[in-house]
Amino acid sequence: MGKVKKSPWVIHYDGASCNGCDIEVLACLTPVYDAERFGVVNTGDPMQADILLLTGGINAQCEPVVKQIYDQMPRPKVVVAVGTCACTGGVFKDAYNILGGADKVVPVDIYVPGCAARPQSIIDGIVQAVELFQKRSDIHDQRVKQGVSEAELAAASKEAGKKEGEN
Amino acid sequence: MGKQSTVPFGPQHPVLPEPVHLDLVMEDEKILKAIPSIGFVHRGLESLIEKKDYQEMVYVVERTCGICSFMHGMGYCEAVEHIMNLEVPKRARFLRTIWCEMSRIHSHLLWLGLLADAFGFESLFYQAWRMREKILDCFEMTTGGRVIFSVNTIGGVLKDMEPDHIKAILGAIEWIEGELKVIRRTFLFDATVETRLKGVGVLSKEEAHDLGCVGPFGRASGLKVDTRKRGYAAYPEIDFEPVTSTVGDCFARCDVRINEVFQSIDIIRQAVAKLPEEKDLNVPVKPVDTPLGEYFMRVEQPRGEACYYVKGNGTKLLDRLRIRTPTFANIPGMLKTLEGADYADVPILILTIDPCISCTER
Repeated sequence: MGKVKKSPWVIHYDGASCNGCDIEVLACLTPVYDAERFGVVNTGDPMQADILLLTGGINAQCEPVVKQIYDQMPRPKVVVAVGTCACTGGVFKDAYNILGGADKVVPVDIYVPGCAARPQSIIDGIVQAVELFQKRSDIHDQRVKQGVSEAELAAASKEAGKKEGEN
Repeated sequence: MGKQSTVPFGPQHPVLPEPVHLDLVMEDEKILKAIPSIGFVHRGLESLIEKKDYQEMVYVVERTCGICSFMHGMGYCEAVEHIMNLEVPKRARFLRTIWCEMSRIHSHLLWLGLLADAFGFESLFYQAWRMREKILDCFEMTTGGRVIFSVNTIGGVLKDMEPDHIKAILGAIEWIEGELKVIRRTFLFDATVETRLKGVGVLSKEEAHDLGCVGPFGRASGLKVDTRKRGYAAYPEIDFEPVTSTVGDCFARCDVRINEVFQSIDIIRQAVAKLPEEKDLNVPVKPVDTPLGEYFMRVEQPRGEACYYVKGNGTKLLDRLRIRTPTFANIPGMLKTLEGADYADVPILILTIDPCISCTER
């Protein structure tokens, strides 16, 4: 992890997971693992968040909520899929109500596998997300300085999500 | 008399890590009615029995919930074992009891932490979660997993506890006992905590009985219900009495859960003392053996009584699986306590039933 200029804030949402990954995400914030030493703070407000941690395979009722949280977050933003369910649908892939992964709904940048994902790997995902956020925010700042219009910025942010999501 | 207004609570809310939605009909600061709408975590887990055979289903049932995952797996396994008339080795039954009680300790400590977070006592939250990590370390040492550790199988358990493991578990529970006695003072005798919890959300014994409350939520109101007394795993050979209180407010629920942690520590000690030496940990199931018949299994989880209905038709795929989870039974009680409460107490009232939404919606 290189030098970061900003302290990104993290928001967590449970999109039809079994709770295992959620309590591990919370465990990351406790003194034993302490993700806050990397400069991230857990917040409940999407409008102040930069990194979205998604758990679970996303069901039909959750889909609009996840989309809404993603849209409410200011640009630039990074999405981390925590756990096997959020990556692929996992053990519930065949269930009738599961869409099969967070990337079916919003562009995902970083995938953290594991059932349940261990705090160490979640922290690794968060650290990578912080780096990616720094990169995106530099590009974003440059564009703002150049006087790029709001609509073009929105398109570019969508494009960045798509491109890196494929990798 | 003020104007009525409706305030939405959730699904994404800082207090709860899980999504649940409530429409709170309010008059000024008082809540007149709470209307829940659920389904944000529904996965359709029970329908997976159409696609996975009864032995694979153990792993799916364990993922009903990440907190009491072991007990879900055990409840399902015991139901299938009853149908197939399998005699589980005695050591496996005692090991199940030990893992069950360790799950209860970790769940109650998790809840104590979340409660502290809900009334804004963040350092207490960290203390509770720091203690919980010791139990998770023991889980990792004995099974390899921290929260989900597929150690149950039809006919017994898959892993044994070595003497070193047992020594470490006894050390961990002794440490937790000492630490909990320290933070217990803050939970039960601190003026700020008392003001937030005492007299909030009182549920009488009759109301709790009529609304079908289970687990610590019902026991805090004076209902002496504990499914462990009915005897499964190795509980018939263990001496314990359900922890109850008569007050029925949020403070009593906190008190009951703290005392249950001490009770679980005692049960683990008893189980370890009686742990028989045996080589086989599970009875082998022949591929031709398939469940035929039905069974209704009841298991006491940290949140209360969970029921598993399993119906087999003689093939590898089961006919029906139904899980009734404790949070589902406690929701009517929670709505009753919400009526007439202050808006500021809503997070605490929701938390004191120890909601597990992923259990409820499966």
